[in-house]
Amino acid sequence: MTSIEMNGGQALIKALDREGVEVIFGLPGGAILPVYDPIIESPIRHVLVRHEQGAGHMAEGYAHVTGRPGVFMITSGPGATNAVTPLCDAFMDSVPVVCITGQVAYAAIGTDAFQECDTTGITLSVTKHNFLVTDAQDIPRIIHEAFHIATTGRPGPVLVDIPKDIVDPMSPRSAMTWYEATDDMMDLAGYKPATVGDQELIERAARLISASERPVLYVGGGVLKGRAVAELAELAELMQVPVVTTLMARGAFPDSHPLCVGMPGMHGNYTAVTAMQHSDMLIALGARFDDRVTGRLDGFAPKAKIVHVDIDAAELHKVRRADVAIQGDCKLVIAQLLEELRNIPSSSLPHGEREDWLQQIWEWQKRYPLVYKQSEPGEFLKPQHVLEVLRDSTPSDTIVTSGVGQHQMWASQYWKFDHPYTWVNSGGLGTMGFSIPAAIGAKVAKPDKMVWAVDGDGNFQMTAQELVTASMERIPIKVALFNNAYLGMVRQWQEMFYRERYSEVYLSYDVPDYVKWAESMGCVALRVEASEDVADAIAQANDIDDRPVVVEFRTSASENVYPMVPSGRTNSEILVDPSQR
Amino acid sequence: MLSGDNAVSGDNAARTRQGNNAVGGDVLNGDESVRLLGLQDKSSEAGMNRFHTVVATVDNKPGVLARVAGLFARRGYNIESLAVAPTDQDKFSRITFTVDVASSSLEQVVKQLDKLINVVEIHELEPGQSIERELMLVVVEVNTETRHNLIDLVYDFRARVIDEGNGRIMLALTDRPEQILEFEKHLREYGIIKLQRTGRVAMHMLDATVLK
Repeated sequence: MTSIEMNGGQALIKALDREGVEVIFGLPGGAILPVYDPIIESPIRHVLVRHEQGAGHMAEGYAHVTGRPGVFMITSGPGATNAVTPLCDAFMDSVPVVCITGQVAYAAIGTDAFQECDTTGITLSVTKHNFLVTDAQDIPRIIHEAFHIATTGRPGPVLVDIPKDIVDPMSPRSAMTWYEATDDMMDLAGYKPATVGDQELIERAARLISASERPVLYVGGGVLKGRAVAELAELAELMQVPVVTTLMARGAFPDSHPLCVGMPGMHGNYTAVTAMQHSDMLIALGARFDDRVTGRLDGFAPKAKIVHVDIDAAELHKVRRADVAIQGDCKLVIAQLLEELRNIPSSSLPHGEREDWLQQIWEWQKRYPLVYKQSEPGEFLKPQHVLEVLRDSTPSDTIVTSGVGQHQMWASQYWKFDHPYTWVNSGGLGTMGFSIPAAIGAKVAKPDKMVWAVDGDGNFQMTAQELVTASMERIPIKVALFNNAYLGMVRQWQEMFYRERYSEVYLSYDVPDYVKWAESMGCVALRVEASEDVADAIAQANDIDDRPVVVEFRTSASENVYPMVPSGRTNSEILVDPSQR
Repeated sequence: MLSGDNAVSGDNAARTRQGNNAVGGDVLNGDESVRLLGLQDKSSEAGMNRFHTVVATVDNKPGVLARVAGLFARRGYNIESLAVAPTDQDKFSRITFTVDVASSSLEQVVKQLDKLINVVEIHELEPGQSIERELMLVVVEVNTETRHNLIDLVYDFRARVIDEGNGRIMLALTDRPEQILEFEKHLREYGIIKLQRTGRVAMHMLDATVLK
């Protein structure tokens, strides 16, 4: 075989192509310039963003809906520092992304060169791993390692920092001989992702589960990341166990299934929260006992034994000591559990107690449904009503992305998620401004699916510029902008916990003029103020498929998200809607 | 914030800073050291404020120490002692560090460290089942009157004279950290001018079980 001589920049793009990369979200600059040249000949699509943070969230949106790693590429210094937020977001929510950053020439590192920053140092604690490339010859191997690390085990962000002279054809240090990196070339002695669970622990877990009278499946994002949706459904149905899906797991179990109890946590529904509190067996699958789910820890699910399955050993016993802690891949461990549980004779299960338990749960559901009071004519819209209409006028497999705050909670409560990988949001980090770029990434990945970004007015002002990207690149996402003139969630906390002393939360309905702004970015823009116009506007937006659409809904500023478990309280102190108290 | 049923058994013994026991032999059973030193403090029963020695085999690559140290810094844990050097294999280095944390939170840090791609292997060494050694270089004032007693002390501790001149003497001692402290205490009477310790290195005793 004749050897192919090339430069590091060409090798990088070729290596990305070889990893199956279809699209790179990015923005060029000085240090990454040499890598942008070979993109012209490459089959990889490049989406030119308007801010590096947007590129990162687009890569996340792409990864959320496909399970494949999202890729973004940016320059050194300010480019890299702008990427810290999406990297941290991906780290907290275990999203596989690969970030390529330019760096100043190797010899200039540490000299405070123009647009230099210590990218690997800064991103050390917000990436699963990062690399500084020091030799062009290593590029194919390191790229292969980066994709391997990002996508296996507990997925996460990996950053590859590449000094300019290693990719610049003008520099002798960029010369390399191409090779195709294979798994056996990887130099990762310390990386051994978990796979199957320990058989003895599986048997113990199966015994505990079958003996339990009030079991709940506490399903986290790990079930989606582990592609274990089918196995979960089988487990729930076999054992007739009710399922709660956390904010990161909405869609992992269909909301329309009779065993689905929906979302637990601070703004979860009454039944999901209360079922966990009364349970004697929580089967936690790919969930991490986040403080937003547990409430005050010493009062969380006090009677429950815990079976905890997670691919990451560091999650086991981290927050709540498990009775059986199984490290392993959710898909494989659930399959193991199923095999074990099928061998347990049905006659030995506590049938009567289990039936009573399901009856109790359905009773709670009937007694404490999600409620809101519809607005009177002339009043501002109710956000819950808008979400119900939106949900009912879009295909069931519509991808919904969301920002962070009240609109996010309402979307997660009122949407009916019957398909996995249709809910994309920022859970762990709570990154405002996530929804628009994430929607763009999702739409690029799934051009045939309808993608709605549910956004708030505060969020919109943080990343709206990416609508320019969407217009220019013809990525027809739709934005439902909930304009309540406030940083709504903060306003709610000030109302409830700071004696209605509203400090720095007012934004205004009219400034900016969202319609004019959206139009100036190449979008179709609509404004809805009356509830009878909601359905029409959504229908109009659904018909537009050649450019992005922004529909601004003017919603009530005083509407609060219920139920709510106040911060620092136990889940038993859940506050339901005032009308239900 | 850990749940109530998460109490950690207090049977792995205290590593104390003032571990100046005068008992011979290399290894001190934990309970014994607590008794001998009169350090039956409440914190050790609750698994708090313990010194733990952790040994990690890591990739011998730039930046690895920063990754490891960063995980401790983030949680506000102070590293008491740290030693890093290559092993018999060029590819790997070994890091020995002693930290002052409750065992319950140490379990979490060790797991986090194990997640680092560059950490190949990591163990906490059970006190009483490991051998620890440290090197101290120390410069002490010396004159004709004090020299005789000082040299006696050097012999008693099996230290060595490395250099001498201008009324100063440089000594080296390799021993258990407790012995190093004891030696230092004696030297203070002569006037310590400069002192440098390497941080301890540690290995399991040959018949000890490995705790992961």
